[in-house]
Amino acid sequence: MSGIYRFRAVHRFALATSACTVLLLMAGALVTSNDAADSVPDWPLAYGKIIPPLIGGIRYEFTHRVVAGLVAILTLVLAIWLARDDTRRWARRLGWTALALVVAQALLGALRVLEGHPAVTATSHAILAQLFFITVVSLSLFTSEWWQVDVPPMDDSGSPGLRRLAAWTTAVIFAQLILGAAFRHGAFGIAPHIVGAGVVTVMVVWTGRAAKKRFARIPAIRRSVIWLHATFGTQILLGGAAYWAILASRDAPQPGLTYVILSVAHVLVGALTLAASVLLTLICFRLVRPAESLAADSTVAHSQAGGR
Amino acid sequence: MKTRLLHLALVAAVAIAFTSCGGNKSSESSEQPAAPAATGAAVDATTAGSVTGTITLDGKAPAAKPINMSAEPYCQKAHSSPVIPPEVVTGEGGALANVVVYVKDDMSKYSFPAPSQSVPLNQQGCMYDPHVVALMAGQTLEVKNDDQTTHNIHPMPKDNREWNKSQPPGASPIDDSFARAEMAIPVKCNVHPWMKSYIFVFKNPYFAVTTKDGKFELSNLPPGTYTIEAWQEKYGVQDQTVTIGPKESKAVSFTFKASGPSGD
Repeated sequence: MSGIYRFRAVHRFALATSACTVLLLMAGALVTSNDAADSVPDWPLAYGKIIPPLIGGIRYEFTHRVVAGLVAILTLVLAIWLARDDTRRWARRLGWTALALVVAQALLGALRVLEGHPAVTATSHAILAQLFFITVVSLSLFTSEWWQVDVPPMDDSGSPGLRRLAAWTTAVIFAQLILGAAFRHGAFGIAPHIVGAGVVTVMVVWTGRAAKKRFARIPAIRRSVIWLHATFGTQILLGGAAYWAILASRDAPQPGLTYVILSVAHVLVGALTLAASVLLTLICFRLVRPAESLAADSTVAHSQAGGR
Repeated sequence: MKTRLLHLALVAAVAIAFTSCGGNKSSESSEQPAAPAATGAAVDATTAGSVTGTITLDGKAPAAKPINMSAEPYCQKAHSSPVIPPEVVTGEGGALANVVVYVKDDMSKYSFPAPSQSVPLNQQGCMYDPHVVALMAGQTLEVKNDDQTTHNIHPMPKDNREWNKSQPPGASPIDDSFARAEMAIPVKCNVHPWMKSYIFVFKNPYFAVTTKDGKFELSNLPPGTYTIEAWQEKYGVQDQTVTIGPKESKAVSFTFKASGPSGD
């Protein structure tokens, strides 16, 4: 065991930034679900003021901007902190990447307000939000005490390897979030998102089974899989409920409370599902040797045995 | 082998997902150049006739949920009783208001300059008044805010330029126009999500919007055979064909069934 854990404070700060990002995702989802995206026609001011009249949809839009500002500040502090204290070059770069992403998010938000075209700008804004979220979540993991401890990687005799399965699961969950955002912002219909749910289900179940079969005794992997299954199971139920709410409120004069709660919850849990998958993937990459290196070792061992 | 199958399955699944993309939600307006102004003949008033009629609702409209204005105390206080969304408004004898009646046929052989007077759209009690507005292409729409709260006016056309303007209390009226004919342009206020109205833009003056008496008149029509169409927000459209001779007035009536299809 090597490495001295030095990052307790920055780890807690990264966790706090991640938590605030969850609040920001919720604030953004509330804007969309309350049909308030165009309630403030200017940026960066709101109705020409720093604080606009907090009425109707303006409350949601302005709150979203305030929380976004807070997250941007937290991200800046985190990036500077990592640059100052983290000896790992890749971690420092990831901190600056997080900052670049949150700045890009702010600019995309401005574009949405000033130019409209929600099918493109709002969908892009939603997708970039997820990328930013998994970046700060990853930073939370990389600054954790657990990550600092060197552990010899374990062999994975199964095929496909768990690393690959986890990575593919993350990829399909991310694609599913893109499809969900595109539906929500009017780029296209619900059908692709429903098909995507089927694909994600297959991958989550497959990955979970592989992890349970091969690494059931590894706490980090076991806990990650439990979290992934919990968030994904909740997400499937919320997806059905949210779609029911859309259909039930089709003739409603305004977004109803049930629809708002279910749709916002669906967006949030979707982000948490993606985060769970990202964490599982990173943990697998940390703990499990690539299947290719196992195959290479076997080839070397065979050729050595044949040469005797 | 298993890995290859996995890759193949995932690529196939993504391909299926994207090929099932539908275009049923369109939110972008494509800016096309406005059609060149018709240089047709003027309508001969000595031979023009008219089509009149009444629109009624057969049956009782389902009870609508009242609007929840609690998001804005000013709006809530502006009404002493619950506000019902004006999707279906009836008068005596089932007369149906807010129905747009118009000549569906191409009238481009005649020229119809846009009237100089503006068409008002007021925001009062945090509701649009009238709920349905009709005007000619190029005619001015004048939007006023009679409320002591901020509204934003956001028409979402498909064939015209989309705009979104805020109007604080006491602000000057907003004047704008639509260059192209378009049916049922939704208008909303993003500050107050229950506020909705519709704008119809025509190339000719043969249109009317019914009030609570359900009556309409399309006057100064040249003799001929016309398809008269009636649009109602919830119950959709109905057509009737009518032939009018020189200086003749004909009556057509439309009856929408309360149990009919939604007017999406």
